[in-house]
Amino acid sequence: MSGILASMIDGLLIGSVYGLAAMGLSLIWGVMDVINLTHGAVTVLGMFSMYLLFSAFPMNVYLLLLPVIVAGLILGLIIYWTSVHWVIDRPQLASLLSTFAVNMIIIGAGTAIWSTSPYNVNFTLRGITIGAYTFTGNHIAAAAGAVIIALALELFLNRTRQGKAIRAVADNREAAELMGISSTAVLALAFAIGIALAMASGALVSTLFPFTILSGATYQMKSFVVTVLAGLGKPLGALIAGILLGLLEGTVTPFIAVSWIPLIEFGLFVIVLVAFPKGLFARATA
Amino acid sequence: MIFRHPVFWLTLIFAGFMIWAPMHGNNVSLREDLILVAVAIILASNLNLMIGYTGYVNFGHIVFYGLGGYIGLYLATVRGWNLILSALLAGVGVSICALVFGLGILRLRGAYFALATIGILQAVQSFVSNFDPWGRSTGLYVSFDAYLPLGGARRALWIAYILIIVVMALSMILSLAIKISKFGLGLFAIREDEDAAVVLGVNATVYKAIIYSVSAFLPAVAGALMFYKNGMIDPSIAFEFMLSLEGIVMLMLGGKGTVIGAALGGGLYEKLRSYLLTAPKLSNFHLVIAGALLLVVVLFAPGGLIGWLYRLVPRSEKVIE
Repeated sequence: MSGILASMIDGLLIGSVYGLAAMGLSLIWGVMDVINLTHGAVTVLGMFSMYLLFSAFPMNVYLLLLPVIVAGLILGLIIYWTSVHWVIDRPQLASLLSTFAVNMIIIGAGTAIWSTSPYNVNFTLRGITIGAYTFTGNHIAAAAGAVIIALALELFLNRTRQGKAIRAVADNREAAELMGISSTAVLALAFAIGIALAMASGALVSTLFPFTILSGATYQMKSFVVTVLAGLGKPLGALIAGILLGLLEGTVTPFIAVSWIPLIEFGLFVIVLVAFPKGLFARATA
Repeated sequence: MIFRHPVFWLTLIFAGFMIWAPMHGNNVSLREDLILVAVAIILASNLNLMIGYTGYVNFGHIVFYGLGGYIGLYLATVRGWNLILSALLAGVGVSICALVFGLGILRLRGAYFALATIGILQAVQSFVSNFDPWGRSTGLYVSFDAYLPLGGARRALWIAYILIIVVMALSMILSLAIKISKFGLGLFAIREDEDAAVVLGVNATVYKAIIYSVSAFLPAVAGALMFYKNGMIDPSIAFEFMLSLEGIVMLMLGGKGTVIGAALGGGLYEKLRSYLLTAPKLSNFHLVIAGALLLVVVLFAPGGLIGWLYRLVPRSEKVIE
């Protein structure tokens, strides 16, 4: 029994990292109605940039998160201006395909550079032992990091001028423009933040599990599930939904083989989409 | 009438040429090249029914091909049934699965549907990797005896090749037949504006489920034939996500929504890919080049090659299709 509890707590910790990844997807989706299919690839780039940074500067990995986030913002701006800006007013098919093309470019280049063999970031924090179970320090620190970044984003969106501009554009782009907000700059900023969040979550994941250039697909799928669970454009909801998903995984893993998890997640995804199309946290009035 | 369309006759001539070229002189290496072209055209043409005609992106289209391969291979080798019968049953089985899935996920619109298709691919792959009768993650192998009813391996491979070309021709003719039918008009209406189409009496749910199921049939048959020819199948090659995605690149490159465009894109892209894979310096970058190509097409020429031709010579649209 306590084994299940331990597994659930671990799922809870990992779930907050899923939530962080999904926040990036949810923000972009909510603000500009673009489904960012580079999400998985960018998450993996976060893992590899953490790997490269840690190989170059072997220090506390959580300090290295900052350069990863900065790199994410820059990468986000590059992707926005090359592939998203031009298709933003075209039918959704166009942005799906253009972000998808960027995904192929990143994965292709990554495969050429790093092949598909596994990498890991060799850094361990001392864990906490309760009875027969040990919760590794990396999992706890990653969860804490995810929650802190998520709260920082929430503060940014609610308390700063830029953040309010992002929410205004998400609500109604024309009205925001009439109020003197330059929507192009705001969209670029929101996209960059979304990418940076994905990179940050990838960097945190890299301290937990080994990864390959193709790992992104799994996290992308989880992010979609989480985003749909939370409802679009609700970043904090995404964090909570991510934690729920992690909790679910932690609860079922003692009983079934890990290779069944995609099937369960997909089942959940479809059930939620069909039964709660606006997400679990939709307000009754919305 | 479909016989009045030049595309119909072009398809027949093209298929005839594809059969004649390698058989004339028993050129096996040419046959192996052309079989990949034919599979690319089959995937792109059937994907076109969803993306080009109905406006729904299916990222997991390859699931039909892989599942068809599994069912066909299982029936033809483990059960020892006739190849053509096995392939047809694979097609029927996968179409029924698609109809059931489709009725569920086609309630989703646009991008949500696209995401669900990725989920279906992963879910089916994870199911097959855990499914004992299909050999879990090691997959199935064709024993040499399985080729005997067709007169030995050498002859069986030629028969499989000819059947795949036939499926290719059928794919293109099916696309054309749907395009000129009333059903096709309904699909175009859904693509342009689903709500308006529903108001005007198009039963969108049924139309979408039918086209999703129809677009599964021929890829499944092709999968059964192709994996029979290759002699083996396992979950990672049957449900290769990259191939699913490359199908979209092919379609966009040639021009979505047109029969010729899908075939042209499939053929050209497959040729390009095999060139890139064999060129020593480029083989690692074929995905990068494919991605860049897709980006350029989406940004600058959303109609693909055929769309570009139509814009250049507006009369050609009337003549071709």
